[in-house]
Amino acid sequence: MQEKLQALREEALAKITEADDLKALEAVRVGYLGKKGPITEVLRGMGKLSAEERPVVGELANTVRAAITEALEAKKQVFEEEALNEQLKAEAIDVTLPGRPVTLGGPHLLTSLVTEIEDLFIGMGFEVKEGPEVETDYYNFEALNLPKDHPARDMQDSFYVTEELLMRTHTSPVQARTMGEYKGNKPVKMICPGKVYRRDTDDATHSHQFTQVEGLYVDKNVRMSDLKGVLNQFAKQFFGEEREIRLRPSFFPFTEPSVEMDISCKVCHGKGCSVCKQTGWIEILGGGMVHPDVLKMAGYDPDIYSGFAFGMGPERIAMLKYGVDDIRHFYTNDQRFLAQYHKA
Amino acid sequence: MLVSLNWLKQYVDLGSETPESLADKITKTGIEVEGIDYVSERLDHVVVGYVESCEKHPDADKLNVTKVNVGDEVLQIVCGAPNVAKGQHVVVAKVGAVLPGNFKIKQAKLRGIESNGMICSLQELGIQEQYVPKDLADGIFVFNESVQVGRDVTDYLNLDDAILELGLTPNRSDALSMLGVAYEVAAILNEEVILPDETYTTTDEQATDLVSVKVEATDDNPYYGAFVAKNVTIKPAPLWMRNYLMAAGIRPINNVVDITNYVLLEYGQPLHAFDLDKFGSDQIVVRRAADNETFVTLDEETRTLTNEHLVITNGQTPHALAGVMGGFESEVSETTTTVLLEAAYFDGKRVRQAVKDHGLRSESSTRFEKGVDPNRVKRAGHRALHLLEKYADAKICEGVNEKDILDYSEKDVVITTERINDRLGTTITDQDIAIILDKLQFTYDQDKSTFTVHVPTRRQDITIFEDMLEEVARIYGYDHLDYTLPEGGQFAGKLTERQALKRFVKQVMEGAGLSEAITYSLTTTERATTLVAPDIKTQAVSPVRLAMPMSEEHSTLRLSLLPELLAVASYNQARKEKDIALYEVGAVFVSDEKEITKQPKELNRLAGILNGQWLTHPFQQEHKAVDFYVAKGIVETLVSRLGMDVTFTKAEIDGMHPGRTAEVYHEGQSIGFIGQVHPTLAKSYDLKAVYVFDLDLEYLYDHVDLEPNFNQIPRFPSMSRDIALVMDEMVPSGDVLATIKQAAGEHLYSLHVFDVYQGEHLPAGKKSLAFNLRYLDPARTLTDEEVEASYETVLAAVKSTHGAVLRA
Repeated sequence: MQEKLQALREEALAKITEADDLKALEAVRVGYLGKKGPITEVLRGMGKLSAEERPVVGELANTVRAAITEALEAKKQVFEEEALNEQLKAEAIDVTLPGRPVTLGGPHLLTSLVTEIEDLFIGMGFEVKEGPEVETDYYNFEALNLPKDHPARDMQDSFYVTEELLMRTHTSPVQARTMGEYKGNKPVKMICPGKVYRRDTDDATHSHQFTQVEGLYVDKNVRMSDLKGVLNQFAKQFFGEEREIRLRPSFFPFTEPSVEMDISCKVCHGKGCSVCKQTGWIEILGGGMVHPDVLKMAGYDPDIYSGFAFGMGPERIAMLKYGVDDIRHFYTNDQRFLAQYHKA
Repeated sequence: MLVSLNWLKQYVDLGSETPESLADKITKTGIEVEGIDYVSERLDHVVVGYVESCEKHPDADKLNVTKVNVGDEVLQIVCGAPNVAKGQHVVVAKVGAVLPGNFKIKQAKLRGIESNGMICSLQELGIQEQYVPKDLADGIFVFNESVQVGRDVTDYLNLDDAILELGLTPNRSDALSMLGVAYEVAAILNEEVILPDETYTTTDEQATDLVSVKVEATDDNPYYGAFVAKNVTIKPAPLWMRNYLMAAGIRPINNVVDITNYVLLEYGQPLHAFDLDKFGSDQIVVRRAADNETFVTLDEETRTLTNEHLVITNGQTPHALAGVMGGFESEVSETTTTVLLEAAYFDGKRVRQAVKDHGLRSESSTRFEKGVDPNRVKRAGHRALHLLEKYADAKICEGVNEKDILDYSEKDVVITTERINDRLGTTITDQDIAIILDKLQFTYDQDKSTFTVHVPTRRQDITIFEDMLEEVARIYGYDHLDYTLPEGGQFAGKLTERQALKRFVKQVMEGAGLSEAITYSLTTTERATTLVAPDIKTQAVSPVRLAMPMSEEHSTLRLSLLPELLAVASYNQARKEKDIALYEVGAVFVSDEKEITKQPKELNRLAGILNGQWLTHPFQQEHKAVDFYVAKGIVETLVSRLGMDVTFTKAEIDGMHPGRTAEVYHEGQSIGFIGQVHPTLAKSYDLKAVYVFDLDLEYLYDHVDLEPNFNQIPRFPSMSRDIALVMDEMVPSGDVLATIKQAAGEHLYSLHVFDVYQGEHLPAGKKSLAFNLRYLDPARTLTDEEVEASYETVLAAVKSTHGAVLRA
């Protein structure tokens, strides 16, 4: 009996080695380990054995069964691995074909710029204020020290709706309204972005509708050095640490002293080139200390309160920062233009 | 304002400043130098020559053969100018000279005769045509003053003079004169100003005997001075004066006219010279013109005047439009021998009116409009007389006939060192301020730290403390100001809830695949009233139009964002960008008045436009065209992120496809619409199937659910049942859904349509809708019986309400 078992073992193992597919393996399993197989038969014949022989044969039978099962498993795994490798090979793809695009939209370039500017000033403690685009003559001009016969108020430059209503020509009215709202006894720290309108023929550098971001800081003892400091901080954060600013005296009816701020030219680093018209500087914004008449009209006593104001044009900044060559691009909304500015 | 530096040097020492360094300093101190130009350039080998002989060329009619003495030699030069003659002092470009335009002078033979140089015209020397005196325009330049033969002409003709172009802001009209610029430069360089010579001798004749002056409009003309100069010889002005005028962009004419222009630029005070013999009377009457009165200006145009214009008359007829332009009749000409010189102060308003009505801007009118210095009016007259005596052989009559109510007083402005430092954030001393005031040449009374500044009348722009603050700051140098941050209390800045929501809404749109567009608020009247949302239509009575639009294109304020978005879609499609997915957040302008008198309401809307393919894969052949449900999905996604529940009801809206449009409702309120644009309207934009949506953003901001509550995550399994119902095809799925929701009971956890079928397996006119229902009880697992019971209730309800039956 023991010899028979050993012989069966050798046979089965040989057949397993020879087997060339899962089917053949299965045949071996069924043939040797199945209910009708020779090992089962041996085990059934164990009743005829003596008490000493039975455990020995029994153990050998189990050993043989285990060995065959192990060999079957091992070979099965080999086959399965081969099959898997074949499958993997067949599944290979051309990784250089294009991926499926995920359609994400993106913000308009002007919105991105305004958002960035808003966040910079919010970081400095400013709030963002908005106001009507159709304004009253009072808030658009008179409250800003531009009385009725001032040349800047020529009917030619503004879009009037009636004698008293017009499309606002700057966002300064929001400053006047806010000061009025705060009734002259609370500091004002705000920026006001928004659409503005001027009577201009649309061409590469002019648009009848454009954007402005203006700012106002009114408190007790506000100094001109504060204006310089805040604008410097803004410029370095927005344009880059390595850029320099310079302030030059200028003139606006609503500020005195007035300034214009230039930033060093990115292209030539101040040496002079065609972008900065050989000067090394590019004009970015205007501003100054709020004119006492403007403070007075808004209910702030100029002997107690002082402040500074500033204003800039995102379209102009975009044209300088990104090289946009025609202001009308912002308003035709060619998708190929919009998409260029959807990156981080 | 064009400033010739060689001319400027007459009034202030520029030291070692180069044009560039000076321009930089002037810009830094407050007047922007927009450019540096040059008259021409320094020319070598171009000298003064004396024409010793001039013979006609034997073989050419138009040429002459000259022998010109250039100091060290006599050159034979063939010259084609019509005005060359013996005895002239001319400009000779010798062989080897290079004239402007890289024109090299070589030895040549002209029609067989040797020519060793060129006799030049001003244009050939680089002077712009428009500034060359008319009598010299067609020929060579001839010196009519004594000059040294053989000397370089660069200095004689001011060829290498630098000209600074100043861009003046409205408050710096003091810089409209060379003296004004001199004071500014003197303050920058800490120099003295050298004032011009205003002295002259007089005859015994009294000007008051020769002319009388009457001013009938004293408010318009607070000072009028009439001077008389007799025995005047009209000839070219001296070369140095003509040079400076050309550098400043003024063409020289004759000595008298040139002197008035020179003094205008020198002092900033316009003067006018009349030919007294052609004046028609010895009486000057300054008055308002009568309506429809006519008058011929010196450009020979007839002008029709109104009572708004001020004129200088001879008692009867006008001879000058005050401050703007003189008359043709009494214009100074070659035959003039007696000059009536006017020095006057005219009110800017009158001058502005005349300029506006006749389109006649001049150097004169500009200065009156901005305001001239009262203390220079008469002095300018004296200066002109000094020059007339010297360069026009004039015999000046004694005195002046004048009418004077002008205010010559200086304005006082008080400043203190403390207040200056407070405002600037500096630590300037009393001494520093005194130095600055001295540089500016402002007189003052000082009492320790308090300065009472007597602002000279040449600086009309300085009236209050802040104006002086600016003077001190700019002379001190903005460069020297510190960088500080405000010392007020720190408070945190943040966006308002609405501003934050706006950013959130935009992010949702962009995440969904739409890009932001910004379109014009002003559009055509037709477009302004197209595709207006129902909730806007109920409020808007009349669109808001501009009083004076530049064009119909941009004449009316929009009531909807959609028409301009359609135009954008059209624009993109024309450029082969057919797949469009854009949104815009912006205001529409709603007025409830027929004739607008108050500000319209500015209501923020969210609008979107979709066209073409929604999904395209480059090579896997997957396409999904935009359709109604794509648009609806975007709106549903947004609204769900805002925590709101809306319903969509079939609607017919102007401009929209009647079968593919829905109005959006929230709690019974109409808050927008979505759908396919009507094919006719779409066609007018060259578009076919284009989809839009429009929502009331103000409403969304007001109704957003900002407090998400924690909902227990289910711990027990839900039970899912599908139900397929057959019904008439026109029954809206939304209605059936509502019925099911009501009937299914409290444990219904979710419900949605997942299939719509119509076709050969169903009778005609019928459709099948399949719904998935999920039931859940958070506290326990539901039993089959409970779900079955709900199922039966649902079937009964849909049968009785919609005639829907279970699909076989």
